[in-house]
Amino acid sequence: MADPADKPPRGGDNRPALALHVPEPKSRPGDPVDFSDLDIGEAGSQPRPDEGAHPSEMTGLAYDLIRVLGDDDRAHGPWDPKLDPETLRTMLRHMAMTRAFDERMFRGQRQGKTSFYMKCTGEEATSIATSMALASDDMVFPSYRQQGILIARGYPLIEMINQIYSNKGDKLKGRQLPIMYSSREHSFFSISGNLATQTPQAVGWAMASAIKGDSRIAATWVGEGSTAEGDFHSACTFATVYNAPVILNVINNQWAISSFSGFAGAERTTFAARALGYGLAGLRVDGNDPLACYASQLWAANRARANKGPTLIEYFTYRAEGHSTSDDPSGYRSAQEREDWPLGDPVKRLRDHLIAIGEWDEDRQAAMDKECAEQVKEVTKEAEKNGILGHGLHQPFRTMFEDVFEELPWHLKEQAEQATRERIKKFGEKGPNR
Amino acid sequence: MSAEAKQDVAAETTERRINMIEAINEALDIMLERDPDVIVMGEDVGYFGGVFRCTAGLQEKHGRTRVFDTPISECGIIGVAVGMGAYGLRPVPEIQFADYIYPGLDQLISEAARLRYRSAAEFIAPMTVRSPFGGGIFGGQTHSQSPESLFTHVSGLKTVIPSTPYDAKGLLIAAIEDNDPVIFFEPKRIYNGPFSGFYDRPVEPWKKHPQSVVPEGYYRIPLGKARLVAEGEELTILAYGTMVHVAEAVAKEKGVDADILDLRTLVPLDIEAVEKSVEKTGKCLIVHEATRTSGFGAELSALVTERCFYHLEAPVTRVTGFDTPYPHSLEWAYFPGPVRIGEAIDKILKD
Ligand SMILES: Cc1ncc(C[n+]2csc(CCOP(=O)(O)OP(=O)(O)O)c2C)c(N)n1
Repeated sequence: MADPADKPPRGGDNRPALALHVPEPKSRPGDPVDFSDLDIGEAGSQPRPDEGAHPSEMTGLAYDLIRVLGDDDRAHGPWDPKLDPETLRTMLRHMAMTRAFDERMFRGQRQGKTSFYMKCTGEEATSIATSMALASDDMVFPSYRQQGILIARGYPLIEMINQIYSNKGDKLKGRQLPIMYSSREHSFFSISGNLATQTPQAVGWAMASAIKGDSRIAATWVGEGSTAEGDFHSACTFATVYNAPVILNVINNQWAISSFSGFAGAERTTFAARALGYGLAGLRVDGNDPLACYASQLWAANRARANKGPTLIEYFTYRAEGHSTSDDPSGYRSAQEREDWPLGDPVKRLRDHLIAIGEWDEDRQAAMDKECAEQVKEVTKEAEKNGILGHGLHQPFRTMFEDVFEELPWHLKEQAEQATRERIKKFGEKGPNR
Repeated sequence: MSAEAKQDVAAETTERRINMIEAINEALDIMLERDPDVIVMGEDVGYFGGVFRCTAGLQEKHGRTRVFDTPISECGIIGVAVGMGAYGLRPVPEIQFADYIYPGLDQLISEAARLRYRSAAEFIAPMTVRSPFGGGIFGGQTHSQSPESLFTHVSGLKTVIPSTPYDAKGLLIAAIEDNDPVIFFEPKRIYNGPFSGFYDRPVEPWKKHPQSVVPEGYYRIPLGKARLVAEGEELTILAYGTMVHVAEAVAKEKGVDADILDLRTLVPLDIEAVEKSVEKTGKCLIVHEATRTSGFGAELSALVTERCFYHLEAPVTRVTGFDTPYPHSLEWAYFPGPVRIGEAIDKILKD
């Protein structure tokens, strides 16, 4: 007998045939780009509700785009965080440093010093400006493109490079893929390669902080593509049910490897609007406007701190570079996109703002860029003394078996001895790093 | 190619050599062409052709409703495939890395694997979940795992792992035609060439390797049939995926006269081939890259002990990855390489 499923039911011939919609981005390699349908609104024209407002009073902000910096490079409207020039210059410096760091590490990967790297070019404001609006001991649960947070929090560059090179200075003992940092001291949660898993974890941390009557809040960063994971939706449910003091940051950089944001649902609504069904406060923000990034994060942080509830923020930005060193974006998107991105470059926008208010100039910018590049170069040289990724010769062998459990059980002890035997066989008694 | 494998070749054999990625691509292409119910989907598989390029060109050729990108939602991908299978399609979803199959586990284990059983065959889930697995490419702990034993433990799933381009194509075609859910794990370390286990020696590309002669057109390799890689008298080595090549290289270097069996499918297992070989040699070494404890090697060891006990002249022995996560920089210390296998062979032969 034939399997019943072998003969699927078909619709009657006189009824209209259904058709599947498969999203397709507006341009592909070689195509011209048209961003004219993007409604980017007027800087300063978005209302700023009270931080304790009920989500239903601000549904418009989930569809609008909160912007502060106008085409005149000046700050406008109620979201202007009114930062002093010193803070603005610090922000600019962190951004310049992040960019210099990305440049050098990317080159390092090309030179075979490590296996992998990921840049955050064009998205610097979404990590640097946002984290500057948090307290340094608020816990962050980042994804893999938030190196800017570590830089803004003063994590030593050399530790970042040691990790990227998996060398003997690597505090994570060469276990993690490059850029998957972890620093408890900097309230920076260990990064996972499994997308979106950090989102319910951030909510859990925030719930714990509330249970304990602590004053620290949590924030998490997730790509727009990853919001399709179940974890993200669980995170939203728990956040709203328990009124967790958490900020869910969605970095909409338009692309998830080769898949445009339409594959995460962007054709139908905004990512900020995901908040509405859960009863979360939802904001949609120009992610290339450092002042708007800062202001929205501060708004959400104040709200969480005052026990007024969690916020979901979509930062609308653009991934200017490839997804990672393993990927070539010219294979799937128009090269023109980066050029034509209507929201500009966050570093340039902040620089131009500082210049417009008479607190900066081109020469100081050039000097700072140079200084950052040189500093990174020097630290890189320093880190290279600890080794570059080289077939596992940097970590002492026994480290492989540490931290699987708190105490080494018999079977791992046996396996550790085995590993040592193998190493001696291969390299002799004087072999490296036993 | 063994005589047995040759028999499975329906099409004419030419001397065409391609790598495993191309072989997989061809199998998908052929099945999309032959069967309008075949659907290929997964993260980045459409326009871009997949992060390992296994689906390159397929969307262009077969259209966007046959080959398409999905949201980043493994439970969605597998759950949707269950529904498509129930409708009567043959979805071939790709999970970008085997490490990311876990968000989809409930759909695989509780739904896909049991749909036929729970509906008394009213509904089936004829899907083939493809996923690159295993280490050796500096993927760190989240791009290197070998989770096959999780699936062999689930009743209702078939688990297939090719080790050559020829097998990859023929097995994938058979998997897609199979009416049960199949997990098709692709050893990414050997996508581009066989691997001897010596990371510091150059890898010979498949283009130069005799096992990569792949006929054009349709052919299938039945699931549940092992491949005899080498014939020997002293010892039986059971392996699959990348480890077939490592075991073969080690046996050659050591000059051991080993029967090497590439299992090709773990479920259903070619138990006859295993019994036949172990009864002949009296010694059995099992090699896999996955962690040791409760790995598929434990199952093999139990089977061999139960069924061949009176023929055994030495303890059935396992060579595996260590019971730690896959460490990025110590990948080669983790990998069950030639030294570990060689040591085990010495010990078994001494017994
Ligand atoms: C659970 C899981 N599935 C798939 C992957 C493979 N993967 C790594 S990054 C990525 C794209 C993520 O895109 P998005 O969330 O938009 O973040 P972006 O890279 O744009 O910052 C994919 C599919 C993964 N790491 N984890």
